[in-house]
Amino acid sequence: MKSNLQLDAKGLSCPMPIVKTKKAIDTLASGEILEVQVTDKGALADIPAWVKAGGHAILDKSEDAGVITFFIQKA
Amino acid sequence: MSVLKWSAAQVAKKVINNEELFILDVRNTDAFEDWKIDGHKFEYLNIPYFELLDGVEDILPKIPADKDVLVVCAKEGSSLMVAEMLSEAGRTVAYLEGGMKTWSEYLEPIKVGDLTGGGELYQFVRLGKGCLSYMVISEGEAAIIDAVRFTDAFTSFAEEKNVKIKYVFDTHLHADHISGGRHIAATTGATYYLPPKDAEEVVFDYTPLLDGTAVQVGASKIDVGAIYSPGHTIGSTSFVVDSKYLLTGDILFIDSIGRPDLAGLAEDWVGDLRETLYKRYRELSEDLIVLPAHFMIIDELNEDGTVAKHLGQLFAENHGLNIKDEAEFRSVVTEHLPPQPNAYQEIRRVNMGKITPTQDEQTEMEIGPNRCAVR
Repeated sequence: MKSNLQLDAKGLSCPMPIVKTKKAIDTLASGEILEVQVTDKGALADIPAWVKAGGHAILDKSEDAGVITFFIQKA
Repeated sequence: MSVLKWSAAQVAKKVINNEELFILDVRNTDAFEDWKIDGHKFEYLNIPYFELLDGVEDILPKIPADKDVLVVCAKEGSSLMVAEMLSEAGRTVAYLEGGMKTWSEYLEPIKVGDLTGGGELYQFVRLGKGCLSYMVISEGEAAIIDAVRFTDAFTSFAEEKNVKIKYVFDTHLHADHISGGRHIAATTGATYYLPPKDAEEVVFDYTPLLDGTAVQVGASKIDVGAIYSPGHTIGSTSFVVDSKYLLTGDILFIDSIGRPDLAGLAEDWVGDLRETLYKRYRELSEDLIVLPAHFMIIDELNEDGTVAKHLGQLFAENHGLNIKDEAEFRSVVTEHLPPQPNAYQEIRRVNMGKITPTQDEQTEMEIGPNRCAVR
């Protein structure tokens, strides 16, 4: 999947993955896609909840060797 | 304004002393609804931290300025962030050191009572998870029943009391939390007992805990005697301590009874549960003080923080002991059961010694309430 911006939040613990994701989303235009990589397990539930609260959409989520990747489309 | 850091021990005191506290829980709504810090006089506001990234102005009117305010999250990071934001907005608030993870692990030892010849009985209350462990102390010796996995809490308490841990028991193979029993036995040289009917798949050595097994703690003969009382599991065993206390494990709680389904055999074990609660326990003295291995709700705590009640009182008040009709009883304990404890099948495998997860993995497994009861 193609993204407009990539964010590496690996190794960061709560709340930093979400703080950084929010800042990155703020720089995008509506409809653009952010790719975020995290390793904090808390983000697994928190990112979808934050995305939902903001009206954005998760287009894809995958996990590989402990790294979780989200593709988030800005509302 | 400053940000205060509170330990789990400080929060535990608030629970036990029935103090007021306003908790701002900044975890996900799902996580909050599943499990929170319970207190008799606690008030709650749940706003996920990620809804506060632009500021806390919107929630300031909802946060009392004249009460202690504690910000709570899963591990600490988010609660510190929100506490700092509130501080910048002029409020004095605290955050919980280590978050719900640490709260889940905190143990408060509370004395239940004195035993014959100067002995003492302590209940270790794990407030965050609702687990209760016990230590019988007498004349330089100790027995531990249903120890949770934080073995240091027990071994250091024994050192403090200058007693040698001689016997370690598990009333059954636990499914909601990881036992510390065999590890305590291994480090102290104590004998570790487990009911053999629950231990068919365990991969370590243990001493069989059978109906009538008895040990004496200290020279003045404080008896700890076992009564086979199946139903929650097929091996579940109770203890009578000093002819005064009945340790019921996960068979009988203060306001509920054990569930028979966590090893997948509800239909097979419901008859055993009925037999234990309606026959075996009925033959015991109503003056015995029941000490269970769990509590489910904060209302089960006594004024002093202990979880204990006379057996006679439970016969009168506990709904699960007052279902006359056997068919109805069967339906209550096998149908419409609450969700099972988090990771209960994995936890059973850990307690069998089949898998050895890291500390972090064990913490993950134990997240959430214990859910061992049927109300």
